[in-house]
Amino acid sequence: MTGMVEKKGWGLWLTHVGLLAGIIIICYPLYIALIASTVTQADLVTPPMPLLPGGHFLENYRAALFSGMSTPVWKMMANSLVMALGITIGKISISLISAYAIVYFRFPLRSFFFWLIFLTLMLPVEVRIVPTYEVVAGMHLLNSYSGLILPLVASATATFLFRQLFMTIPDELVEAARVDGAGPIRFFFDILLPLSRTNIAALFVILFIYGWNQYLWPLLITTDPVMNTIVMGIKQMLPSGDQTVEWPVIMATAILAMVPPVAVVIGMRNLFVKGLIESEK
Amino acid sequence: MEKRVFFRNKWLPYLLVAPQIAVTLVFFFWPAGEAVYQSVFMPDPFGLKTRYVGLANFQFLFTDPYYRNSFATTALFSSLVTTISMSVALWLAVLADRVGKKAGRYTTLLIWPYAVAPAIAGVLWMFLFMPSIGVLARALGHFGYTWNHALNGGQAMFLVVIASAWKQISYNFLFFLAGLQSIPRSLIEAAAIDGASFTRRFWTIVFPLLSPTTFFLLVVNVVYAFFETFGVIHTITGGGPQQSTSILVYKVFSDGFVSQDLGSSAAQSVVLLLLVSGLTIIQFRFIERRVQY
Repeated sequence: MTGMVEKKGWGLWLTHVGLLAGIIIICYPLYIALIASTVTQADLVTPPMPLLPGGHFLENYRAALFSGMSTPVWKMMANSLVMALGITIGKISISLISAYAIVYFRFPLRSFFFWLIFLTLMLPVEVRIVPTYEVVAGMHLLNSYSGLILPLVASATATFLFRQLFMTIPDELVEAARVDGAGPIRFFFDILLPLSRTNIAALFVILFIYGWNQYLWPLLITTDPVMNTIVMGIKQMLPSGDQTVEWPVIMATAILAMVPPVAVVIGMRNLFVKGLIESEK
Repeated sequence: MEKRVFFRNKWLPYLLVAPQIAVTLVFFFWPAGEAVYQSVFMPDPFGLKTRYVGLANFQFLFTDPYYRNSFATTALFSSLVTTISMSVALWLAVLADRVGKKAGRYTTLLIWPYAVAPAIAGVLWMFLFMPSIGVLARALGHFGYTWNHALNGGQAMFLVVIASAWKQISYNFLFFLAGLQSIPRSLIEAAAIDGASFTRRFWTIVFPLLSPTTFFLLVVNVVYAFFETFGVIHTITGGGPQQSTSILVYKVFSDGFVSQDLGSSAAQSVVLLLLVSGLTIIQFRFIERRVQY
């Protein structure tokens, strides 16, 4: 039986039309970018803009991937992948173990450390740009993967999430582990980690997108084009002033920059929604 | 909240928190301390030495018309982004909720922009509005309206607002949809039996019950507009024309890296630090209240 507030007939039809209109507005920029990445520069310059994909898909994507403008796009994508995975794995590992210490141990500086981690929420990289750059430059980490990854791997959100999760795990499991003679390290690997699997996966999806989409930080510290990530590298391709640029190649690059994170969201939709909603609790 | 059972070990817990604490101290607290420290110093005209100037950097900052303008720009930008992305998302979530279980098919097509980087969102929208080749810029031209966001400050603001709001719709949509689905069906059906129209049911029952979600999203969206839209602005306008899209975060960057005005940039960092702290406190106080529900 359907509830009596669900619409039927015209009302339902209008609801679907409304949703479709929303989808068209949301997807329009992507559609135009896709078209532009399959035509020639001449097709774009002379109006009207083509409404269907052209036949230059391979040519444009090959030009982007293997020559790009200053750095080939495959190289920038590889840099982005290293950075995104480094940030994701780094954040998850150090947050798992620090949440473990805070929940399962009593030690003098426990609440001090907890507050220290909490306060990082108030210090996003955008507000401490110049001094953080100076610290990283002083450590000779400019143009290195460590420089791209390390300053971004602290995570208050992930630590809270794991703390929350550990609090719901029954104490009997610790007692049972003790009876069996398992120490804290065995308990962590044999019991806690398997129990956290789904949460780790959901967080992985969110953090991978976060890592891949970093812009300001790589912009500051990768002065060598070979170390550019794709999300910031595309800025170097954009025209400054009246200079002419190959728009089909730029749009192909934009599409390539979107593919990995969008594929993750679509391919793991349920984990993504879980991760998104939980990491904001 | 405390665990009743715990492990006893003198050094292991320190070893476990060490990586997180090390990163936190080196890359968060040290630079933040540097910002506070630099904000009370000023380099001499030759750039050889710095001297203590107290709050002079802040005084300069708040008498600087460009900085005061940047505050106004940020306020306008973030309220537009928040209003547009939240209202479109709420509208779509209400429609999806009405469709019921079958809405799943639509959801994927509405949530993918979450995964698009702000800078890439900037490139997509800039391409649509390029004065020479952009589809929408040309369409506007047909109606006799000249579009050039590189010259017109209002148009530049419009463009960065649209690109930023577009990206945030998916996030708001998911949270609104979850909020709508948690409202008891019986409440809405009771009102329907009493003859309340859809619009009336929405404003008297649904919207008030959604208020925790709405308030939470309001804070998240303001934080997003303040701090995470740098990529959109840097790709589309570079803060221009005539600083008309230079929001606070953009100005810290351009004063610190482009103009190398370190004292001012540090003072701006401190101002932003206070803003984030305020927003974080609001967010957490609110979340604590939500737990009591």
